[in-house]
Amino acid sequence: MSDSLVFHFDVDGDNFTSAGQASTQVKKNLRQLGLSPAIIRRVSIAMYEGEINMVIHANGGTADVVVTEEYIEIILADTGPGIKNVEQAMQEGFSTATDSIRSLGFGAGMGLPNMKRYTDSLDIDTVVGEGTTITMRVNLG
Amino acid sequence: MTSSIYEHSVQLDVSRCTGCTNCLRRCPTEAIRINDGHAVINDSRCIDCGECIRICDNKAKKAVVGKLEDMERFRYKIALPAPSLYGQFDNLDDVDYVLDGLLKVGFDDVFEVSKAAELVSAYTRQYLKTEGIKLPIISSACPVIVRLIALRFPSLNDNVMHMLPPMEVAAKLARRRAKEQHPELEDNEIGVCFISPCPAKASYVKNGFADYQSAVDVVISMSDVYFSLISKMSRDAEVDTMTESGMVGIGWASSGGEATALFNDEYLAADGIENVINVLEQIENGNIPPVKFIELDACTAGCVGGVLTVQNPYIAKTRLQSLRRYLPVSKNFLSPEEQEYIPELYLFNELPVYKPITRLSDNMAESMRMMADIQRLRGILPGIDCGACGAPSCRALAEDIVRGNAKLEDCKILQK
Repeated sequence: MSDSLVFHFDVDGDNFTSAGQASTQVKKNLRQLGLSPAIIRRVSIAMYEGEINMVIHANGGTADVVVTEEYIEIILADTGPGIKNVEQAMQEGFSTATDSIRSLGFGAGMGLPNMKRYTDSLDIDTVVGEGTTITMRVNLG
Repeated sequence: MTSSIYEHSVQLDVSRCTGCTNCLRRCPTEAIRINDGHAVINDSRCIDCGECIRICDNKAKKAVVGKLEDMERFRYKIALPAPSLYGQFDNLDDVDYVLDGLLKVGFDDVFEVSKAAELVSAYTRQYLKTEGIKLPIISSACPVIVRLIALRFPSLNDNVMHMLPPMEVAAKLARRRAKEQHPELEDNEIGVCFISPCPAKASYVKNGFADYQSAVDVVISMSDVYFSLISKMSRDAEVDTMTESGMVGIGWASSGGEATALFNDEYLAADGIENVINVLEQIENGNIPPVKFIELDACTAGCVGGVLTVQNPYIAKTRLQSLRRYLPVSKNFLSPEEQEYIPELYLFNELPVYKPITRLSDNMAESMRMMADIQRLRGILPGIDCGACGAPSCRALAEDIVRGNAKLEDCKILQK
């Protein structure tokens, strides 16, 4: 029976004022579904970081959140520049964000590491010059 | 409290309500619907913030608080003026005129909440040094905030400081002083009356706080006592020096006052319910600078912005600035021995239980089905959030329909 629910969001590029809106909405939806505060927190942090990354590096993209009774999957897809060195990008503190982005308080190099820390699996599918799709999963129960 | 029903202080006067939609969208927890031509407040969602009282042109929303006459049943009457009270008077250059006025109104003693606030600040500075506490600490002084966290931000429960608000500390210390000065008084002969800027304080007193019972007996509104007080206040005559608070205590009346009293710049202070909710979301997302202390005030500008005050919050704030000018930083310090531990009197044990107000169903599969229905309905509804159906937005109507509290035919646009 395990039906799944999908929440779809378009993440605006270059618009910091709206960055984080998708994760805030997902948080509200997960609360309505009755998920535990700990799960909601993990999903919203991972998603928030991913959303910000898409705004900073890829001029936006799409976010899909799939909810089943077993897990929550977050799929973030963009057609940005891609990640040249994934291993390096996964290191805490590594960032390619510009100074103007850093001056806004972003670009601390914690995005991907946090996404990994707060999820049960993180899969990065990236092609330089074509884009990146990140799939994260948080298992329930 | 034996019953689990929460007694709110924000209530509706049906006879005055025209069923307009002003309050509908202003409510930060979507607690209001318009039904049968008038507003209905959902008690389990209401946080007593008073936003609907502010916005209502028909004065149909009101704060249900006590009256000065309610104090007559007590032999010994103590007034607890909130520091925001001092900002309500024009050309006031000395707090003592207010305190003296309260005695003339009929109180036997006055205990300044700002004095208790200075003690709470002193102990909060100690609290911040406690090992193993979860940072950032979120202040528990504003009752709207603690209720909001209990209803919507359960993951931040552990960050809430277990320190009683100055009102409660003042009430306890005032009782102690009364017993010392008048040993002949029985406990039930002493009445403590808080002069409040907001209805949320009245709710706190009526309902208690988890297992904590308030030490305040009656809460009256600042605007209620204002005129009797102003007529009793003498500005020319010499009055006794009574005030026992300094800049810190009076500073608590406006946003940032509690936080700056910690003498530590690693804090965040936000005011206004929308800003506060946004900050709480950001804390949950782990997206705030590393700070130790977070002060959140539901009202714009802090307690001076309370819906039961008389004066514009910014004017009140400026008046307080001039009142504070010639005061010492604080008149209440802790001795080295007192700094060693925080006495029971200042602490509470339990936080209110998390009540997931927005949860669709206790069963996850059922919730998912309902959510799918909500999504389907949102595709049908016009999405213009006009409020004509009585719900604050098309999304809220979709939720109401799925919960069985509304019908698709309630949408006036689809009916056209």
